[in-house]
Amino acid sequence: MTVDQAKALIAERFSDAQVEGEMPMVVTVPPDQWLALAECACDVLRCRFFSFLTAVDWKDQGLEVVVRVDNLDDNVSLCMKTRLGPGVTACPSIARIYAGANWMEREGYDMFGIRFEGHPDLRRILLPDDWEGFPLLKSYAVDTPHPPYR
Amino acid sequence: MTEPSIKRVELDYTGSERLTMNMGPQHPSAHGVFRAVLTLEGETVIDVDAVIGYLHRCHEKLAETLTYAQYPSIASKTDYVAAMTSEFAYVRAAETIGKIEVPKRAQYLRVLVSELQRVASHLLWLGTWCMDMGGALGGGATIFLYTIRERELILDLFESLVGARLLYGFFQVGGVRYDVPDGWIASCRQTVDQLDRRISEYEHMLEENPFFMARAQGVGVITRGLAESVGISGPLLRGSGVNWDLRRAEPYSGYEDFDFTVPVETAGDCLARYRVRMVEFRESLKIVRQVLDRLPEGPISSRPGLKSVAQTRIPKGEAYARVEGARGEVGCYLVADGSAKPYRMKWRGASFSNLAVLKHIIPGHKVADIVAIMGSVDPVFGEVDR
Repeated sequence: MTVDQAKALIAERFSDAQVEGEMPMVVTVPPDQWLALAECACDVLRCRFFSFLTAVDWKDQGLEVVVRVDNLDDNVSLCMKTRLGPGVTACPSIARIYAGANWMEREGYDMFGIRFEGHPDLRRILLPDDWEGFPLLKSYAVDTPHPPYR
Repeated sequence: MTEPSIKRVELDYTGSERLTMNMGPQHPSAHGVFRAVLTLEGETVIDVDAVIGYLHRCHEKLAETLTYAQYPSIASKTDYVAAMTSEFAYVRAAETIGKIEVPKRAQYLRVLVSELQRVASHLLWLGTWCMDMGGALGGGATIFLYTIRERELILDLFESLVGARLLYGFFQVGGVRYDVPDGWIASCRQTVDQLDRRISEYEHMLEENPFFMARAQGVGVITRGLAESVGISGPLLRGSGVNWDLRRAEPYSGYEDFDFTVPVETAGDCLARYRVRMVEFRESLKIVRQVLDRLPEGPISSRPGLKSVAQTRIPKGEAYARVEGARGEVGCYLVADGSAKPYRMKWRGASFSNLAVLKHIIPGHKVADIVAIMGSVDPVFGEVDR
């Protein structure tokens, strides 16, 4: 599969998707198509290698979830993005499709408070369970005190 | 008749009850602070819950507060066993966004230190893993002391190059910070020759040891499908039959100029991962020799003497840059907003993804096998927890 073929397939299946770039190909879809895009990436585009999942806090414009997957046989890279919208913290989980998303989504919840719906075991991963707040949000100050050091 | 006030509970004891046991957080086989909550049936592991985060420093938040000139030397504190590669990933991401040229000599020096770093990192892996598994020559720390002795030679080289032995700050956006001092190339050649001879020695020690073979062969098998889905990379991925090495698949920093082979094994077990790394030792030394032969003259940075904050600004944009580290794909996803500091930085630590595979491969093994599997995964907790 070439990048052009992949682009054509995405355009055919996802009318709302914005596609740009070649290496990687960046595809942005609304959250309700997130799961379908991940399924398409894995099964149709055969991007089976899960590189990472993360998020970006765009302040007033809300959170953006970013996933990078690769097709190692054909060397096609795909960067999938979805904007959750202002104040929205719910996002469909892709852990069912990519095993690697399990830990990365837990990290996304831990750091940004994103509730990945359908995740089998959504709890904090790096921070202790009693941590208050989500440190990578832009509203979280670097010097926020935390018990027992308050 | 009224119901009895004391309720009797029948315990269904069949002699095979499950036991929950903590392995760690201070277990020596973890080579760091890591806790595995095991569910056991006798000696057999039924389930494992990996507890990480003991070394978490929130590098990603920290990076948002530091300029592009300041952060590279902090980046080395993620994967402190292969500090050069983590610095490399960060500066490459910044260079990709800023479209900053890197002089040829700097590119080759980057390759040189990355390959020496890979050898140093693999030496530490080999020594600690084999010590955990009973070592060579019937147990003990023999091979550990051997590999540490050799690793010191590389750290000596790094010390005379940058002045530090563990965390370097060698990379900067646009090039490297230090050029090789007089006589360094000759001593590097000498070290490389010495290491080349030693590696065959280790192979004889280990592969002729039936205990080592019994503990490594067929243990902790990772299938290709699982490997890709979890996103494990580096020697683990190549040990599971995937021919994927970023130095070959998407060459960077002049890797396309060098001749080397990418080892691939199909068994997917601990022994396959061991074999991949043993070949990588030699291939890395081969690349080091080629760099030393062909090191071009010229500047070592396109932005020398970078001092003020204004000079470190990088235009708006985003990039994901990845390099083939000792443990796999070390990546940095950087979002720049046009200021001197990143808007967002994400570390894709190879160890984090590699460690996530444990839950899928450990169940069904004995407790003792966890030590062999953990060692073959070669996690560095600075990079897992970031």
